[in-house]
Amino acid sequence: MSDQNIGKPVPRKEGRAKVTGAARYVDDLAVPGMLYGVTVRSHVARGRISEIIFGDRIPWDEFTVVTARDIPGANAVALILNDQPYLADRIVNHAEEPILLLAHEDKYLLEEARRAVRVEIEPLPAVFSIEDSLAKKEIVWGEDNVFKSFLVEKGNVDEVWDSPGLVVVEGVYATGAQEQLYIETNGVIATASREEGVVVQGSMQCPYYVHKALVKLFDLPEDKVRVIQTETGGGFGGKEEYPSMIAGHAALLAWKSGRPVKMIYDRAEDMTATTKRHPSRTRHRTAVTRAGQLLGMEIDFVIDGGAYATLSAVVLSRGTIHAAGPYNCPNVRIRSRAVATNAPPHGAFRGFGAPQSIFALERHLDKVAAAVGLAPEELRRRNFISRGETTATGQVIREEVDMGALLDRAFELSDYHAKRERFSRENVGNKIKRGIGFASFMHGAGFTGSGEKYLQSVVGCEATAEGRVRVLAASTEIGQGTNTIFAQIAADALGLDYERVEVVRPDTASVPNSGPTVASRTCMIVGKLVESAALQLKQTLAGAGLLQEPYTAEEFERACREYIEKNGALKSFSQYRQPEGVEWDDEHYRGDAYGAYAWAVYVAEVSVDTLTYEARVEDFVAVQEVGRVIHPVLAAGQIEGGVAQGVGWTLYESVVWAGGRMANGQMTNYIIPTSADIPPIRVHFFENPYAGGPAGAKGIGELPMDGPAPAILNAVEHATGVRFDSVPLTPEAIMEALEGEAVKA
Amino acid sequence: MKRGDVSETPGEANETRLDAGRARGSADEERPGADAARGKVSVRCIVNGEAVVLHAYPLARLLDVLREELRLTGTKEGCGEGECGACSVILDGELVNSCLVPVAQVLGAEIKTVEGVADGERLHAVQQAMIECGGAQCGICTPGMVLAALSLLERNPRPTEADIREGLAGNLCRCTGYMKIFDAVVKAVASSQ
Repeated sequence: MSDQNIGKPVPRKEGRAKVTGAARYVDDLAVPGMLYGVTVRSHVARGRISEIIFGDRIPWDEFTVVTARDIPGANAVALILNDQPYLADRIVNHAEEPILLLAHEDKYLLEEARRAVRVEIEPLPAVFSIEDSLAKKEIVWGEDNVFKSFLVEKGNVDEVWDSPGLVVVEGVYATGAQEQLYIETNGVIATASREEGVVVQGSMQCPYYVHKALVKLFDLPEDKVRVIQTETGGGFGGKEEYPSMIAGHAALLAWKSGRPVKMIYDRAEDMTATTKRHPSRTRHRTAVTRAGQLLGMEIDFVIDGGAYATLSAVVLSRGTIHAAGPYNCPNVRIRSRAVATNAPPHGAFRGFGAPQSIFALERHLDKVAAAVGLAPEELRRRNFISRGETTATGQVIREEVDMGALLDRAFELSDYHAKRERFSRENVGNKIKRGIGFASFMHGAGFTGSGEKYLQSVVGCEATAEGRVRVLAASTEIGQGTNTIFAQIAADALGLDYERVEVVRPDTASVPNSGPTVASRTCMIVGKLVESAALQLKQTLAGAGLLQEPYTAEEFERACREYIEKNGALKSFSQYRQPEGVEWDDEHYRGDAYGAYAWAVYVAEVSVDTLTYEARVEDFVAVQEVGRVIHPVLAAGQIEGGVAQGVGWTLYESVVWAGGRMANGQMTNYIIPTSADIPPIRVHFFENPYAGGPAGAKGIGELPMDGPAPAILNAVEHATGVRFDSVPLTPEAIMEALEGEAVKA
Repeated sequence: MKRGDVSETPGEANETRLDAGRARGSADEERPGADAARGKVSVRCIVNGEAVVLHAYPLARLLDVLREELRLTGTKEGCGEGECGACSVILDGELVNSCLVPVAQVLGAEIKTVEGVADGERLHAVQQAMIECGGAQCGICTPGMVLAALSLLERNPRPTEADIREGLAGNLCRCTGYMKIFDAVVKAVASSQ
């Protein structure tokens, strides 16, 4: 293995195509004879469909119309519980639920037709909040509105509360929904027929999820379904499970019409109808000694899953496991539930439940610190987890972890202590209040528990007679740099130039299933498989007596040519095998939850204008340990992008709900940060190579979403002296709180 | 409305004819006046240095005409309401959201899209810097962002950090957190001096 590419800022593989406009996204493609497809959706949150009326003045005989009755296989999106229909038949369970599909070659006439369909729905009582769902105000799913619950027990927290000399601190924390807002909306093009099968190309993170869903929807053999990822304009989790829905819809229209069908959502439809980050509510009760040692943590974590189960159980799992953070506490109980409401299903979004539970914990620990008269950092220092200690699930940390060093570095880069002191002094009598705060946290990489074992991901490597190497994986490039890092890893494993390696476009007809592009697993888990598949390629050549180390590129090329002339092809495949000693008990939720964690301390500096009630982030420092950094520019880009999304979630992005519908499904009034809103983000990596990752790398993608919200709200508390315990923190919320304070004063 | 009144399907009858010898076969050519009968207008303008005649409804969005008639798909639709800047083009020297521009307004105008930024195979300094600095991640905002940066540097060849932030504030990026895009603009400025 060489070290020619890893750690170097090689140019992004698709960089040139992206800066010249040559990169082709799904809406840039056209297929001869193509129709356009649209979806008729419910305007009611819950109800019984009584009639579908096709309005006048539309030439309906020209249209392809698909209802639930036209579905050849199962009317359910295959995922975990398969409870979500592709098309509602008699009952609708959320606003914007798909009921009917239309296709026509004229997209303007099609839009008129969509508006001309009237669906009569008799409303049924609906539930719109976690509280109402828990109170079973109405049972809207299963027997008790609960999709999934978990219980994590460490030690015995019940015995802690009565110990003498303890301080008990309680708090309730809440987070709102957040739209992924990838700039490219969901879209696909489908062709389908009984003879040829179903082919879908489109914007997505997980081609094999879509493949599995289409097999069930059409009741076809696996080889009659083909899914191809097109250049994808952002995902962030929003294109993890949802593409199975739109792909199915376009394919149903193609199946019935016998023509290719393109379906592209406009922004409003994408915002109102597709998934968002789960809203959450967390209760904390913490026992701490006067010296600041955490003795007991009781955590009740609840997320709003929306109307169908979709991925909520898995989101809940990650949120649950991260709820107690990177601290060594002997007694922990985490009880968690994902509950049903009549909102459109909430889904995957970067961080996947962890940002919600970490927000609660890191806000709460500032409160705990204040209760025992310690500085927030001092409380954390006294409880940081280190090697040999155990997490809430009883996972023994085997790697070297030095949270204190991350904290030191973050404080040094942000000038934390001096600013904390200076702001406190200068805020008196100032209209603009400044503050500085931080959060410390960890994020597990890869699927939770036994997830990776069940996935059994496979990656292939192929060499051509010209000595070029192709990586075969279903892991998608969605902007994060999959193509580039896979090429770096394979090139270094083979001692070749980066340019010699190409990562092929994910297409289920030609790449093995390397699993979904989610859970910060692409670099660490799949990258490791790329590395071993590449090494096997080399071993095959060596075993055939054609190659000996050290070798030149020309010698490699000659060896490939000779091997291929003799054997036809040169390919190798590598399959995931769980590392020795990793144990996970799914029933009791105990054991090694993740193969590795990334560790971090983020510092936010804010200003709060007490005239406009606007809070701004003025400076941001992100210090983390993510194992070996494969590509310094891409890695920093992941952190900066995640921090920006975190800033948005905290201060700007407010989903306004009205009767279970998103009322502000437009970029005009759902505000994401612009270049004028984002502070300088200073990123620093500690590198501590992890043996289970390629060249020592761990996961990175989700981590930066976890820290900003609590760090910013901790800073706002420092600035204003007011405790805010929910996000988004809008100017309205600040006004209400500060005016309230003024009244009290 | 009856079928065929509007047909924006690429490759079908009423595709726009490009001047400069790139005319494509079009049913309209054999039926003079067909456009007028359908309410379409002819709009003469210059796109990426090339004179073209666009045939479209006067209120058709410039965005759609560029993408569907001229097949210049580098210009992207992000929101359709002038918020995100993914559809940015330079119109007579001004950065505009092409989703808000009716095609009738571009009569006689000069339009630059992302396809007209590089000089053949040679990338513009901004494009090169976007690659080197990591300013493009998913790439969907990149064409608009490149044009916004170009437009900024045209007006202000030595922008401060505040100028860059302000100059790009009409172009939303959800991937990068903007830092690497700022770096790219700074680098492009340095490399062209």
